Order: sequence, then structure tokens, then C-alpha cells
Amino acid sequence: MAIEAQVNGKPVSLNAEPDTPLLWVLREELGLTGTKFGCGIQACGACSVHIDGAITRSCGVPVGDVAGKSITTIEGLGSAGALHPLQAAWIKHQVPQCGYCQSGQLMAAAALLKTSANPSDEQIDAAMTNICRCGTYPRIRAAIHAVASGTDAKAEISA
Amino acid sequence: MKARRRNFLIGGVALVGAGLFGIKVVDFHYGSRAVEITTKPGEHNFAGWLKIGSDDVVTYYTPHIDFGQGSNTALAQMLADELDADWSKVRVEQAPADPAFANVALGKSFISEVSGHPDLIAALPISMMGMLVRQINMQITGGSTAIRFTGQNGARVIGAAARAALIDTAANRLGVPAGELTTAASKVSHAKTGKVLRYGELAEEAAGRSLDMNVKLKERSAYKFIGKPIDRFDIPAKVDGSAQYGIDFHLPDMRVATIMAAPVREGKLISVDPAPAMAIKGVEKVIKLDEAVAVVATGYWAALKGLQALSPKFSDGGHGALTSASIFAAQAKLHKAEKADNTGGAGDMAAAFAAKDLQLIEADYRTPFLHQAMMEPFAMTAQHKEGKLEVWGGTQDPLGACSELAKASGLSFSDVTFNPMIMGGGFGRRFPQYSEVLGQIARIAMQVDHPVKLIWSREEEIRHGAYRPQTSAHLKAALGKDGKIAAWQTDYAHFADAESEVKFLYQVPATARRHHEYISNQVDAYFRSVNSTQHGFWNESFMDELAHLAGQDPYQFRRAHMVPGSRHLAVLDEVAKRSGWGSPPPPGHARGMAIIESFGTIVAEVVEASINPDGSPKVHKVFAVADCGTTVNPKNAEAQVQGGIIMGLSTTIGEAITLTGGAVDQSNFSDYPLMKLADSPAIDVHFIESDGPVGGLGEPGLPPAGPALANALFALTGKRVRSLPILNQAAV
Repeated sequence: MAIEAQVNGKPVSLNAEPDTPLLWVLREELGLTGTKFGCGIQACGACSVHIDGAITRSCGVPVGDVAGKSITTIEGLGSAGALHPLQAAWIKHQVPQCGYCQSGQLMAAAALLKTSANPSDEQIDAAMTNICRCGTYPRIRAAIHAVASGTDAKAEISA
Repeated sequence: MKARRRNFLIGGVALVGAGLFGIKVVDFHYGSRAVEITTKPGEHNFAGWLKIGSDDVVTYYTPHIDFGQGSNTALAQMLADELDADWSKVRVEQAPADPAFANVALGKSFISEVSGHPDLIAALPISMMGMLVRQINMQITGGSTAIRFTGQNGARVIGAAARAALIDTAANRLGVPAGELTTAASKVSHAKTGKVLRYGELAEEAAGRSLDMNVKLKERSAYKFIGKPIDRFDIPAKVDGSAQYGIDFHLPDMRVATIMAAPVREGKLISVDPAPAMAIKGVEKVIKLDEAVAVVATGYWAALKGLQALSPKFSDGGHGALTSASIFAAQAKLHKAEKADNTGGAGDMAAAFAAKDLQLIEADYRTPFLHQAMMEPFAMTAQHKEGKLEVWGGTQDPLGACSELAKASGLSFSDVTFNPMIMGGGFGRRFPQYSEVLGQIARIAMQVDHPVKLIWSREEEIRHGAYRPQTSAHLKAALGKDGKIAAWQTDYAHFADAESEVKFLYQVPATARRHHEYISNQVDAYFRSVNSTQHGFWNESFMDELAHLAGQDPYQFRRAHMVPGSRHLAVLDEVAKRSGWGSPPPPGHARGMAIIESFGTIVAEVVEASINPDGSPKVHKVFAVADCGTTVNPKNAEAQVQGGIIMGLSTTIGEAITLTGGAVDQSNFSDYPLMKLADSPAIDVHFIESDGPVGGLGEPGLPPAGPALANALFALTGKRVRSLPILNQAAV
């Protein structure tokens, strides 16, 4: 039986086996490839999405568990034609290098700013546990601070 | 593993030696082929690599893959500067994986550098160099070569030559001397008459002219784009999920496969019963390869479950007794060997060590296998249809990938098409000669009636890496009564001789660097900064040991052994100044320094560290000063140095691949930990613009970080780190 959920604000009917990790359903059934596969054991965070607003590593969530829930992926972080302030800051601060982990980093940062509008370095340390092999951490930290402090153009954080 | 060593680069050198004067030049047709496969109506091609549209759009075909190092934007800056282009209309596209786009500029520069005969190489006609480079299918991204080789000798030259052709065309059309014309923002202007012609209006005729590649390049003072922190082209698509990496590629009706190779490298598949996998919903096929078993399914999850249900039997290739400890034991014997495979250095060692009143010091250093651990695991999609194979994915050498695919599939080179895609990192892992995924996808695709994407699990990725080799060295030095080093001998065991690559920066009367070849069963491969990581670690740590033996400050001790007035000394002095070297650090903190030149760039770093309550090192701050001659894009250059430092600290503190029974012990980020944001330090990066040749930047930031940290820890604890990683002194 199909699993009903919301993805990026739209209702979806998912046909994957219930034990399939949400990550692979997003990527292979819905074609939302912005959410990345990095490790499969919830260690790296490349697959981070929001489930009912909470940051979640989607490689560890069976799709059967998301019935009736609302999922936001990187494709839904900003709205059409309008970047999320963090996405704009990521460009302004030239954060990504290879970029592969950045969807997950952005989803983690967006979740952080929803709970802590102006996070301290310690709060950033605690929340931003996604792995980046390129070493973009200094710019991730700077971009989060810039958005939180309003140094970068302010916009409503809605995602 | 011996057969795969260095042939992708050294092959070119061998060609120079063997065939330089015997090759008949038949390279000219590639120019027309480059035009044919890239240039549409309304576009006009210059030298294959550049096209200018009637709409003024300037497109540069880059032979490099940008996997985060930002070189494609920087290459466009270099081209646009010489062309006097309107930056808002400059674009970069990936050069096709076609021999017409073999990287002639890189080949020429590289072969000049390693052949030792730069004059001879410079005199070669470009067509002959094209032959050489195409013979080895050179289209690599590696060795920090994009800017210093392709940019300096390719992009800039093409930009300047095209500009000259546009000026000549305009002079002809306006009936004025070329010398009265100026160029800016993709326009040619004649001040006297006020006439202006757009490049787009001139391009068709200009592209028909023969280009003068011996054109004079601009002086630094005339740069408009070089040296500017211009935003990278690739970043917007990397913040909204739209960038398509190799793993994201999709074809209709595609299947997904995953794979398990023999746990012991060089082992073979003996047997496997496919039934348990076939019982899983979605699994369609179990494919036996010589060294691996693959499961093909409707999606990754089904393929993975199928693979995990199998109980394949593998042989150990005769390496079942190999451990990390046995490798070090074998290497330690080699250190003591009478005869070395190669010896670098100068001076009379015997006499230097025999002098009176010397203090002698000896130490053994060990570094483990390291995994590049790029975030995107190997993934390739292939379609085999009507005797042709087409493949999509990421590689550090698209043309080389074609060769590997042709070899594995048995098809001819011309029946193989490779489409390079964005890569989620590489750091040396994605050279085709040891990207087993290429051979695997070729063989799998030949046995599947659908397009098929092969994805490696992270476990497969960690266990079947092409690692930075496990190496070790015995160092021995003599300190004279004057407090200066009288003699320095290094005996190192490693798969390759590092003499041409690793620079020894100090003035020492007698030095000997003795290479002892050691080959393990693993693929001895490249890791960001290649040999400068290990050699840098032990040279700069041992320098610190010598400074303490001499009772001198490590900064002053280094100074005393460097050439006065040199670029190296300027870099060292600047990092000392910026880091406040000599001033007391905060309580419980200490500083360590290191300076290493690699890929033509000199980098000195000072690390400020303390010890966490659990005994692990905490890095607070890193100061880095780099001299790469000219910094093309300072914003991106800073990112490269920061990233290199974090990778260097991560490997030094906690990373090691170890072997038991010939197989890798680690499996995922749980036991191969990478540095996270919370542990990453504040990093101050400063560039010295000098008159030195343009150096690389993708790699040189990395090597000094490890020894600088180890030296800081010695200053804190009095304990010398001679074996890596720091967190596991018993790991190897």
C-alpha cells in the first residue's frame, strides 16, 4: 500500500518497500537528488532533511515511518525564485567547495536558526555535526553568524 | 601493487625519451575536430579551447574537472584578462572527453618540469606536443597544475592570441594601424575616429586567422581579473540541490547495482550462491566478476540488501599474513640497507659524520595509509547498446577514463564515450588507473539489458581505497659546535622515489635522502599533497627535534638554515610575525611551526594548540602564510588553504587505514573519523605576492599543518609525536 506524506509542501504517494530509507525514496522515486548519500549509517549528515521541522538524517529513517509527515529537502528550503537567507549567505561567503555535503549543511543550519535565532559558537559547534571533507567549516560558521546577526541581507526564515 | 605506479604521468616522460625524434606529426586534424564537436552556428572557435559568439558570449572549454578547488573560475579569469573580455559574458564549459581536448598546455609544462630539459621541450612544435599528450590521453586534474600549467601556458596564451587576432581583424576592417587600437570589455576601439567594434562582430573573421601562440602576455600591473576575489561559477547550483553529481545521473528504465570486491586486495572471487540475493524483492541479477560480486536491482536499497544477503568466498591473493605492523617491520629493514634505490642530496656524508664534537641524533618516523574519503562515493552510470558503451560519472581524467573503459569492455577507444560530471571531492582518489569502478561498470553494463548505475557503499569505499601509502623513515643528523646542522641523512621506505617532488629547504653542508622501494598489496596512490605529507611531517618534526637539541628557538633555528633574502625566509618571517611567535601564548596553549614547499608554492604555518581533558589535542588557531607567486583568486585561494589545513589536521590527529590479514580494518566514518566543525580551528591565511613563478594551491596548504601541530604538542608536553595518527599511537 502506498505511503502518503508531504514533501516540500506537496502531497506524495510513495510506493517503495516500507523498510527503504527515506534517502533512497527521495532520490530514486521522487528524483530529489539534492539530498546526498554519504555513509548510510547517519554519521556524515549529507542526507539531512527536515521531518516535521526536525533535522533528520534520512538514510536512517525507513520510509514507512514518515507516513503522514511533512518532509523538507534542500529543493524546498527556499521558495521558487527566492533563496533562503542561508543559501544567499552560502553564495556570498563562497562556502561550498566540492559542494556534496552542502545540502545537508544548509538543512542543519536552517534547523539551528529556527531554534536559536542568534546562535553562539558553542551552539553552532553542537548543531553542525555534518562532515565536510573539503574543510569549509570556517565559512559555514561565518555564514551562519552573518545571517543570524543580520550582517547579510535579512529575510524571513520560514523553512 | 606494482603495475599501476605513476604511469599516467611518467608515461609522458618515457614518451619524450623514447619517441621524441621519431614521431611523425599528424596532429593537425584535432583542431577541426574540436570545432566540430563544440561549436554551433553563430559561434566562432579559437584554437579549440575558446569560442566567441556573435552575441559576445565568451566560452572557455576547461580541460580540468572542478571538484571544489575553484580552478575553472580562475582559469576563466586568466583567459578573460588576456582577452580583455567583458566578464559578465564569460562562461566555462567542461571540455569533452575527446582526444581533441587532451591538455596540451599541461602536458608541455609537466613534461618540461620533470624531464629536466625545459629548453628542449619549449622548442617542440605545439602539434608534436599534442601528439605526445594525446598518446597518454592526458586530461588530468591533479598535482596542483590547473593554474600554474594550464592557466599560464594555455588559457592566458589562447586569450592573448585571440585578442591579437581580433585586433588584426578590426585594423583590417577599419583601415587603421593595429597599434592605434585598444581593447576592453570585449570591444576593440579606435580613439582617433571613435569607432568601436564588438568582439562578436569580429569573431567570425578573426577565428579564421591563424593564431600566433608566441604572443606576449600582460604584466601584472595590467591585470583586471587576475588577483580579484571573483565569485565561482559553480556555487549557486551547490546551494539549492540542483548541481548534478555523478551519483545523481539518471536514465529512463535504469537499474542500480552495488558491489563487494575481495576484502584482501588482489584476492579473487572463488564462489557465490546468488539465491539469497535473488529472493529479495527488486533484485534482478547477481553478477560474478573476477575479483568481486555485484547485485543489480531496481534501486540501491534492494541491491544493497541483496549484496548483504550473499556469502561470497574470496581468496586472499597470497597476502593473508600482511598487517600494518609487518609492513613497518619490512620497511625498517630497508632503512638499514647498504644500498638505496636512489639517493638525493649533496656533500660528503662520511666526512661530515666523522667530524669531531658533533651531537648525533636519530629518530624513526611512521605514517599510516590514508583514505582520501571524498564525500561522494564512487558512482558511475553506463549504457551498453549496439556495440557502444556510454558512461557518466566523475573522474580526475576523462580521457584516461575512456582508456580504462575500453580496456575493461574490450571495445575500441572510439566506441567508448565518457561524460564527465561534477565530483563530490576527489583528493587523488579519482584517477582512472585506480578507479576500479570504471572497470566494474564496464563489465557490469555488458551483462545488463538496461542502463545501469553502480554505486559503492561507504564500506566498499573505505575498504577498497587507493591509499596514501604507509611509509616510514629513519632520520639521522649531526649538530656542530656552532649550533648548525652539519649533516642530515634520511632513509625512507616508500613505493616511489620522492626526490624530484619534495624540496629540502635548509642549508646543510652534507645531506643524503635515500629511497628504499617498498611495494605492498595495496594500490599505492595519490593523496592531496602526495609525498609532501609524509616527508613534510618527518622533515619538519625532525627540524624541531634538532632545534631543541641545539637549545634554540625553532623559528630562529630554521632562519639560521635558510638562504638570506629568499622567498622561503620571507614566508617564515611573515608567519612568525602574524602568529605572535615569541609572545607568550594563552595559559595551557603552545605553538608549533612548519614550512614546506610543494607544487611550486611555499607555505608556513603556526598551530596554536592545547590538550583536551581526555588527552586529545585541541587546535585553537592556525596562521598560514603562502607564496604562490601570483594569487589568481584570493577568495578561493584562501578556501583552498583553509581546507588543506583542516584535512592535514584531521589526518594527523585521527585518521589511519590499517591492515589485518591483508584486509582493511576500517569500514566507515565511525572508525575512520574526519574532523568536524566543532574541532576545526580559526584559520588566518595570508598571501605574499612575489615575483616567483605561479605555484599550485589545491594541495600546498595541507602538509605543514600536521608537523606544526606535532611540534606544538611537543612544546606542551615534552613528548615527541613520531607515529601518526596522534590519537592512536598503537594503531600502526
